[in-house]
Amino acid sequence: MDKTAVKNQVLEELKRIAPELEEGELRLDRPLREQVDLDSMDWLNFIVALHERFKVEIPEADYRKLGTLDETVAYLAAKAA
Amino acid sequence: MIEFKLPSLGADMEEGKFLEWKVKPGDRVKRGDIVAVVETPKAAVEVEIWDEGTVQELLAKPGETYPVGAVLARLAGTGEKPAAVPPQKPQVQVRRRISPAARKHAEERGIDVEKVQGTGPDGAVTVEDVEAAAAKKILPKEKEQDKSLQQDKSLQMRAAIAAAMSRSKREIPHYYLSETIPMLRASEWLARENEKRPVTGRLLMAVLQLKAVALALAKFPDLNGFYRDGAHQPSAAVHAGVAISLRQGGLIAPAIHDVQAKTLDALMKDLADLVKRARAGSLRSSEMSDPTVTVTNLGEGGVESVFPIIYPPQVAIVGFGTLAERPWAHEGGLRALPTVVASIGADHRVSDGHRGALYLAELARLLQEPEKL
Repeated sequence: MDKTAVKNQVLEELKRIAPELEEGELRLDRPLREQVDLDSMDWLNFIVALHERFKVEIPEADYRKLGTLDETVAYLAAKAA
Repeated sequence: MIEFKLPSLGADMEEGKFLEWKVKPGDRVKRGDIVAVVETPKAAVEVEIWDEGTVQELLAKPGETYPVGAVLARLAGTGEKPAAVPPQKPQVQVRRRISPAARKHAEERGIDVEKVQGTGPDGAVTVEDVEAAAAKKILPKEKEQDKSLQQDKSLQMRAAIAAAMSRSKREIPHYYLSETIPMLRASEWLARENEKRPVTGRLLMAVLQLKAVALALAKFPDLNGFYRDGAHQPSAAVHAGVAISLRQGGLIAPAIHDVQAKTLDALMKDLADLVKRARAGSLRSSEMSDPTVTVTNLGEGGVESVFPIIYPPQVAIVGFGTLAERPWAHEGGLRALPTVVASIGADHRVSDGHRGALYLAELARLLQEPEKL
């Protein structure tokens, strides 16, 4: 799947959980959870949303592969390919 | 005759703005039914009734502000012969005719239908009237109003938190204790459990902690319940207020009821639902008024430990810091293990530090047997 399309969809889901998010302030290569202030419930909701949107299984052991927005996009693009 | 009064929806509440009735005269109600919506600085709260009977008379009017304890409605109890239905107030006669479609239309467009000029028969408000009103509405101005309303809400919430916390620090002689708890077993058990589950059924560590807090409290009634009129009123059930930070700022700690008796799955569902509704600003009166203890998970923000402040009239609050790998002496060697610092702030009028210490030890013990939670 095209990475730009994946990124836009990921951002859409992220904004649903954190509506106050300013896209311009988000650093793509920095830890996502800290930047967007996602607690564990927000994070789980985010994972569930990605699972439903991209139809991919995201085991808990893979959470560490979703550290930054860039990594998340790469992970999903590879899995949903 | 039963009087339905405005309940206190938290220690910080003195009055509430009445928004809406969910019942009308003649309706039968039972315990737990939602009968009205009242606005507090923290949320629009669905108010439940704890009596059974038939609604006789609605006294509170939408838009008016009432002090806690004000009589909002009168009901006839079961077995009580309902008094003759009071003659309808002239209010009904002057009531404007608004077609249901127009009302729905107005709601969807965010227009106050009562202010729309009616052009239908007998001045009835029609869908066209709503459309005309919507066209006149200047949107940017509305947006500005929204923004100032939001700021106003934030200030009100700040004031409410300030009142409750000032009262806590003024009235409650706190003592604070903390204990580092090894979480290897709980972490491993949770990882195994979640591996078996679909993503929509996964559990959070916060849920295990919540259940352990409640089970441990069963043995320490002096850390659960309320302090009122100079005495402790213990509670058999643990209604745990869960501190939830709101994205627009502020904090709210509504209750999950009977935590000690619920399964982890039920608690997970309740917690997800509670967080969602708290952030949407829609909570129930029982969730606001009766937490018997509070749990705060500030570790989510990355801090090692919390020195929590009691939410009056409760008598204790339990805090958890970040779950992280730390050096730990384990079976004669040094290992990196996941650990968490649990802490308690408790009311010294009701319990002593020794009890608090025993409580934290019990909490630590329970978290070593996650499969039993």
